[in-house]
Amino acid sequence: MSTLHETQLANQKTELGFWLYLMTDLMLFASLFAAFMVLRVGTNGGSSGVDIFNPQYALLETFVLLASSLSCGIALISARFGKLKPAVIYLVITMLLGASFLFLEIREFALLVLEGNSAASSAFLSAFFTLVATHGLHILIGLVWAGALLYSITKKGLQPRVLHKFGLFALFWHFLDIVWIFIFSVVYLIGGLS
Amino acid sequence: MELFANLLGRMSLEYFPKEPATIGAAIGMPLAVFGVVGLLTYFKKWRWLWDNYLTSLDAKKIGVMYIAVGLIMLIRGLADTLMLRLQTAVAVGDQAGPFSTDTFQQVFTAHGTIMIFFVAMGLMFGLINVALPLMLGTRDVAFPLLNSISFWLFAAGMILINFSLIYGGFSNGGWLGYPPLTELQYNPGPGVDYWIWSLQIAGVGSLLSGINFFVTIIKNRAPGMTFMKMPIFAWSVLVTTVLIMLAFPILTATLAMLSLDRTLGMHFFTSLAGGNPMMYINLIWAWGHPEVYILVLPAFGIFSEIVATFSRKALFGYKSMVIALCAIMVLSFIVWQHHFFTMGAGANVNAFFGIMTMIIAIPTGVKIFNWLFTMYRGKILFASPMWWFMTFVVTFTLGGVTGVLMAVPAIDYQVHNTLFLVAHFHNVIIGGVVFGYLAGVAYWFPKMFGFTLIERLGKLSAALWQLGFILAFMPLYALGLMGAVRRLDHYTDPAWTPFFIVSGIGVVIICGGVFVLVLQIALSIWKRKSLKAGGDPWNGRTLEWSVPSPAPSYNFAVIPHVSERDEWWHRKQHKLAHAIDHYQDIMLPKNSSIGLIIGGLAGIAGFGIIWHIWWLSAIAVVAIISTVIIRSNVEETEFTITAAELKNAEAKL
Repeated sequence: MSTLHETQLANQKTELGFWLYLMTDLMLFASLFAAFMVLRVGTNGGSSGVDIFNPQYALLETFVLLASSLSCGIALISARFGKLKPAVIYLVITMLLGASFLFLEIREFALLVLEGNSAASSAFLSAFFTLVATHGLHILIGLVWAGALLYSITKKGLQPRVLHKFGLFALFWHFLDIVWIFIFSVVYLIGGLS
Repeated sequence: MELFANLLGRMSLEYFPKEPATIGAAIGMPLAVFGVVGLLTYFKKWRWLWDNYLTSLDAKKIGVMYIAVGLIMLIRGLADTLMLRLQTAVAVGDQAGPFSTDTFQQVFTAHGTIMIFFVAMGLMFGLINVALPLMLGTRDVAFPLLNSISFWLFAAGMILINFSLIYGGFSNGGWLGYPPLTELQYNPGPGVDYWIWSLQIAGVGSLLSGINFFVTIIKNRAPGMTFMKMPIFAWSVLVTTVLIMLAFPILTATLAMLSLDRTLGMHFFTSLAGGNPMMYINLIWAWGHPEVYILVLPAFGIFSEIVATFSRKALFGYKSMVIALCAIMVLSFIVWQHHFFTMGAGANVNAFFGIMTMIIAIPTGVKIFNWLFTMYRGKILFASPMWWFMTFVVTFTLGGVTGVLMAVPAIDYQVHNTLFLVAHFHNVIIGGVVFGYLAGVAYWFPKMFGFTLIERLGKLSAALWQLGFILAFMPLYALGLMGAVRRLDHYTDPAWTPFFIVSGIGVVIICGGVFVLVLQIALSIWKRKSLKAGGDPWNGRTLEWSVPSPAPSYNFAVIPHVSERDEWWHRKQHKLAHAIDHYQDIMLPKNSSIGLIIGGLAGIAGFGIIWHIWWLSAIAVVAIISTVIIRSNVEETEFTITAAELKNAEAKL
């Protein structure tokens, strides 16, 4: 078995590596944001942002996702204090809110496609769908991860190893929140109001 | 029948090769693979290969696999070159060359892609894996399993790109695949998809490696090794990994967008429906320019170690070298537009990027002078790595000069997309990257295997490369100035033919250089008993030479404490004998086949997307996610070497 010191060192490395991964992910999103800003005007004579975006609806999505981040934070703090039950409950709430967010997003996409505004309609819509769906895909991965985490917590309790992974998951989840804030501002506010 | 056809996506018999040259390759390559498989089976080496290499998480073993793939791909890329030059030596005026235009285009695309992604990147990651942990005085990289996954993703990309030879054909869009040529409208076949997904998969592997080595350098240095006491090779890797982490996500995003255009009919880069092909060119070079520095900086690091070692002197201007590396790190991100001065950005933008490009020559020049001053008054030993260094200094500096020339937008307008450009970038990439990594292979080979390579053959190889290089590329400069554009499979002016023939002769001589290199490795393995190397065959300066050759799996029995920049040299000079009296238990990662599994699944997923076999890709992706989840619940991933076992092992060395 590894000593306490070695475990701490290994956790530090993983944490640094995970932060770095998040930064590379940020570069990925930055490229997609750049593409969106460039292609915003490429509507091909079809719908533009003003026509199809509903900032109120996006605001609802924002609140749902922010609430899930809050509950994720509470779950992590509970877990670090060794309180199993609230940790599990708030993690489940996080997952439910995340799933609701995903549902709202898919609903929005479906309505757009039914109105004839699909990703293949124009460059603007390609960029929009790709940027927002990439975020959605991250949320989906986060939900799978949260499920695996929930399994570990209920099966093994709040061991240091599990707690460490919980911390990484929380980082990921908050990161997605921050990216969403930018999507809300750049896509739905700038793109939907101007 | 309908259902069966749908299960196979768009696969059909028409995608098998039809031209003699491609049929030959499609038959020859599987035969070679079967030959190797047969030999492994005949000599009953599978178990050995599986335990010692394929599932190993030892960075040195992973490094050897990278280098092996890199060298094999070097031969493949060189075979492509032979085909290209054969065509241009013949196809003038009324005469047709041996290859059709489409084949020719596929060949130059494969040549560029393979040389950059699977030769240069492969040798680079290989040498980093072999040398970096040893130099830092640590037992392993920060994330050994991730390291294995990176390698197998790299290998999966390599297999995909080579599989296109057998079935489907490759992209004809050049190594950077500019749209709209690579869009669905003009290129509906699977070739471009092969290109996209082989790079996409290998690219993710590179990105993960970047994170891994960065954390290794930040967290795994031996006690006492401050940043300014790190070997300069470690600095070069640190800077390279920063570039990888910033640049490779852009490549991933760009290729993803192109792929969405091609598979889901989106319009990022089409010339219709509001798409913007110029955006692709900006994005791909925002990755592509840092990429050339990603390739060359570790080579600079290797040369810094080699020059210091064989001049018996500390590196001249260590601090200025670090500053130069960091300056290049920043500058490499603000020069990308110089790849397309002619594409309408306007005079002011061109002026900015032109000046930035010229400025980047300054830190590079600093390095050249540092190496030369290191040699000045040194006791120089011209071993084979030094031969590679000498060829490098001449070739690379010349390439740098033509680069500064082309940084002037007005001149670039004259030579843009001509063979002058082709000659320039081969001048820096062969001179810097290839010579650098071949020097690194010669230098660290004894550390990998415990015996040196035959020196005379190494020197001969370097000499042949140098001669072949001059003959192959000087005519291209002239041709470029005469107006020969690149990627030309047929031309009308017979005055060009002699130049192309000389260039072809140069390529043949380079092939001789590679042949000698292979012969050198084969003969050295044959005579390994008489070439046995001790721990320190070159009288080295850094910590990798303080351990026996080949380095034990645990690298260091006791982690060294570092007080000087050239720690091992310092110890030798001051006779600081390193008596080890107390051993401790150490933990090493167990072998794992996870990397192999994930790499294989990623290759299958890519194959599915290329051929529109969606169910296959979906299954592979779900399997990858499941593998990751299952692995994350494995508790015992390490094994212990007890102090007593360690003592025994050390006594035997």
